[in-house]
Amino acid sequence: MAKVKGAIVVDIEKCKGCSVCIPACNQNVILLAKEVNGKGYQYAYMENPEACTGCVNCAIVCPDGVITVYRTKVEA
Amino acid sequence: MDIKDIIKPENIVYQKTKLFTEKPLSYCPGCGHGTAHRMLLEVLEEMNIQDKTVGIAPVGCSVLAYEFLDIDMQQAAHGRAPAVATAVKRLMPDKFVFTYQGDGDLAAIGTAETIHACNRGENFTMIFINNGIYGMTGGQMAPTTLPGMRASTCPFGRDTEIMGNPLKITELLAQLPGVYYVTRQAVHTPNAVRKTKKALRNAFEYQKLKKGISFVEIVSNCNSGWKMTPNQSNKWMEDNMFPFYPLGDIKVPQLEKV
Ligand SMILES: Cc1ncc(C[n+]2csc(CCOP(=O)(O)OP(=O)(O)O)c2C)c(N)n1
Ligand code: SF4
Ligand code: SF4
Ligand code: SF4
Ligand SMILES: [Mg+2]
Repeated sequence: MAKVKGAIVVDIEKCKGCSVCIPACNQNVILLAKEVNGKGYQYAYMENPEACTGCVNCAIVCPDGVITVYRTKVEA
Repeated sequence: MDIKDIIKPENIVYQKTKLFTEKPLSYCPGCGHGTAHRMLLEVLEEMNIQDKTVGIAPVGCSVLAYEFLDIDMQQAAHGRAPAVATAVKRLMPDKFVFTYQGDGDLAAIGTAETIHACNRGENFTMIFINNGIYGMTGGQMAPTTLPGMRASTCPFGRDTEIMGNPLKITELLAQLPGVYYVTRQAVHTPNAVRKTKKALRNAFEYQKLKKGISFVEIVSNCNSGWKMTPNQSNKWMEDNMFPFYPLGDIKVPQLEKV
């Protein structure tokens, strides 16, 4: 059966570490990094990448629009 | 499956619209202004009217909107965006014209311009970002500040005995025959954002009919002014702002096909 796999790419230098994307993700994919970007913000990253379905919810609520979402089908 | 096999250009399902300039948004982390901008631009892009649109930026945190939205923009004196939009639309009736205003701008200093543009039935779209506070200047009380809500000029909460009651200007404007479409939305969750986009699309579609103002209020957070984290402010907004400013359509045109 075909399964959907997703991934996000965060524009690290433009992420403000606001955390709004974190509760928007029902799959609990996202966390803030321990490291900070050039502006001193802890940036969002995929802590749990296997769970991403590419649903785009995180990207839709990101106030700075810094999340790009990818999705593909895989034969399981 | 390897992440590298997912992250390929042909698999992109969502990315920031090209109608944003490269400039990083000047808004505080977590502020709804950015999301509201993005939905507006996505609608213009989907309607393919970005080259036929003129936006009027306000005074407030979004005073620099013209730096971020890669469309024709003018910036107006505080509260005067509806007057400027009136002139632009009357001189160039084939353009799509919108104002983008905060609650201090639209419902305090600009009340006269707002009410009269609405009452004249001007044919543009008004986007009203209501965060219940003067965000830009340091979180002073606005006409929209809730009873009991704290602001820098009412640090113990708005006392309606002394400071009067908050103004639901959107419901007031909906009474005017010159106002064609009125809705109130939000941008703090994926579903709310999708509904806001639909509302903005309706507003610009209705503008084509030239039947008056189409008005979209977006109840938004000002996490800095409210002195909360972004996610706390969004929760606070649900618990406190939405009961007073309920989301949903307020005036919907009857049986008009657009
Ligand atoms: C004529 C004039 N009066 C006062 C100000 C100061 N001022 C700047 S922004 C602002 C209020 C902005 O609040 P709002 O419209 O709610 O926008 P927000 O920043 O909350 O998005 C005020 C009073 C000004 N710039 N010009
Ligand atoms: S919502 Fe956007 S800016 Fe905020 S933490 Fe997530 S990716 Fe970064
Ligand atoms: S695309 Fe959906 S599943 Fe993937 S991180 Fe974003 S919200 Fe979570
Ligand atoms: S002060 Fe408030 S409205 Fe202004 S950018 Fe910051 S959070 Fe947004
Ligand atoms: Mg405001």
